[in-house]
Amino acid sequence: MAGKKQIILTEVALRDGSHAIAHQYTTEQVTAIAKGLNEAGVPYIEVSHGDGLAGSSLQYGLSHTNEMELIEAAVSVCTISKVAVLLLPGVGTVSELKQAAQLGARMARIATHVTEADISAQHIASAKEIGMEVVGFLMMAHSAPTAKLVEQAKLMESYGADVVYVVDSAGALLPHKVKERITALRQHLSIDIGFHGHNNLSLAMANTLAAIDAGATRIDGSIRCLGAGAGNTQTEVLLAVLERLGMYTGVDLYKMMDLAEQVVAPILMVPQEITRDNLTLGYAGVYSSFLLHAQRAAQKFGVDARDILLEIGRKKVVGGQEDMIVDVAAELARRKEASHANR
Amino acid sequence: MEKVKVAILGSGNIGTDLLMKIQRSAVLELTAMIGIDPLSDGLQRAREMGVEVIDTGVDGFLARSELADIVFDATSAKAHHVHAEKLKAAGKITIDLTPAAIGPFVVPPVNLGEHLDECNVNLITCGGQATIPIVHAIHRISPVAYAEIVATISSRSAGPGTRANIDEFTRTTSRGLELIGGAKKGKAIIILNPAEPPIIMRDTVYALVDESFVDEDAITKSICDMVAEVQSYVPGYKMKGKPIFDGNKVTVFLQVEGIGDYLPAYSGNLDIMTASAVKVAEQFARHLQARVTV
Repeated sequence: MAGKKQIILTEVALRDGSHAIAHQYTTEQVTAIAKGLNEAGVPYIEVSHGDGLAGSSLQYGLSHTNEMELIEAAVSVCTISKVAVLLLPGVGTVSELKQAAQLGARMARIATHVTEADISAQHIASAKEIGMEVVGFLMMAHSAPTAKLVEQAKLMESYGADVVYVVDSAGALLPHKVKERITALRQHLSIDIGFHGHNNLSLAMANTLAAIDAGATRIDGSIRCLGAGAGNTQTEVLLAVLERLGMYTGVDLYKMMDLAEQVVAPILMVPQEITRDNLTLGYAGVYSSFLLHAQRAAQKFGVDARDILLEIGRKKVVGGQEDMIVDVAAELARRKEASHANR
Repeated sequence: MEKVKVAILGSGNIGTDLLMKIQRSAVLELTAMIGIDPLSDGLQRAREMGVEVIDTGVDGFLARSELADIVFDATSAKAHHVHAEKLKAAGKITIDLTPAAIGPFVVPPVNLGEHLDECNVNLITCGGQATIPIVHAIHRISPVAYAEIVATISSRSAGPGTRANIDEFTRTTSRGLELIGGAKKGKAIIILNPAEPPIIMRDTVYALVDESFVDEDAITKSICDMVAEVQSYVPGYKMKGKPIFDGNKVTVFLQVEGIGDYLPAYSGNLDIMTASAVKVAEQFARHLQARVTV
């Protein structure tokens, strides 16, 4: 590995994947997956409700199992891997962060909308204080110009973040846009830069490679694509690609392939593919976790899920605003009824 | 009857909005605006309006404490901890608009008449003022086991105080949902949306009620009555559509448009706080007046 470029991976299936299975993870599933990831040598495993700590709610979906139990279960089988947690200020608070740290979580990822980094100061500082490694996670990165992203990333750096991520929550970024953003962050920040992709436009891998090419060294993936929307960059595929590119991850490819096939695949409600609704997420620039909520609302109100997602995109709805989905669906249904009545 | 003298502590967005609202009160007379930055927009506006300006903070006011009997604290939770002690010692009534939550909570349409003999009451948060009345309206018909609210405000209307301590918002609002709304368990979420033009404040209320008590008509009527009551002091407060019933889950969408006193109309979050604060202060003022007359 001497001389090889090193990429540090974070597996997000036990957090981002929570969206895809409507937050129904069981302790047994999490234990089995975390055990496999640890044996394969994955450096970081993120475990939380899909919307981060304290995300279990009527707004986002109630967790089947309390996330603190899931975190504890993952920690109990990790000897190499470190367990990470996600926290969205406004949803979770420092008290949940401390609870997770006490259970053995070692890395805190503090996520805000790309323009709202200043609400993370309190959480980043608290996580540092209790000895956690801290990642600043700038979501919906496609929705702000690069200069704004740089300004916000610098805020997170100033609060004490060890790493800042460009998070393509909508899977809407194109490779040249990823390159532009990562390059700018490398120029203006002295901490490590990461990239988190979604595969809604089938660009997660291309975007990840563009990010690495521009200098990102921390990369997120989800095994078997178990993430929101069409999933993230598929971890085991990324491993193979990086190996072919002559880069080093320290993760065992065969073990990850087996884990994906034998343990993760059976958990998926449906195999991850780019369906018309997933594609619409990326096309409209909508937060990937809106998928199942939009599909449910479409059914309830008798409208097309794509129309809901496009309208959500037009309204510039940000991550966390799941309540807008029912509101928009009801509005579309009213409009549809009115246009029928006029015929 | 003579008006009751009041002062505003804090010259940020909330303090300046109060400055404009109190002018319309038939019961309150604004005698001082207190800040720490003589150049702040709030203090300059107060000066222009002929209001006495004190730019040396709470201590500057206490040196001339005869100026007011009721003080609105529109600073920050941290600062309020210091102010509360000092104002209490000086015998002042404090209406606290920070999420410090030292004094008991007040939400006008639920418990306005209570706590009139306290020297410090707290207004919870903007999200709390918007949603707790609805939770209470549901709870008075069918016991609420769980209430969850999501407040979405435009990025422009979230001041530095809110941003620096967003945990206080979720914590204080959750407690308010339980203590005043009546929910057995409360949860609050706040989201900032940077869209331009800025979005109007939205609040969504979810309540899980006792399954054997889902009287849709009675709950809907109770909610509509409550909306009208809040509208009496926050004209831009409205429910979008009708309550949605899904088994024992009740969902209510609210929108709060401000009347644009200081910040533009999208800042309903500001408006509902200051309008509630004025309403509470007026109640205290009438109580003081009654005491004087007796």
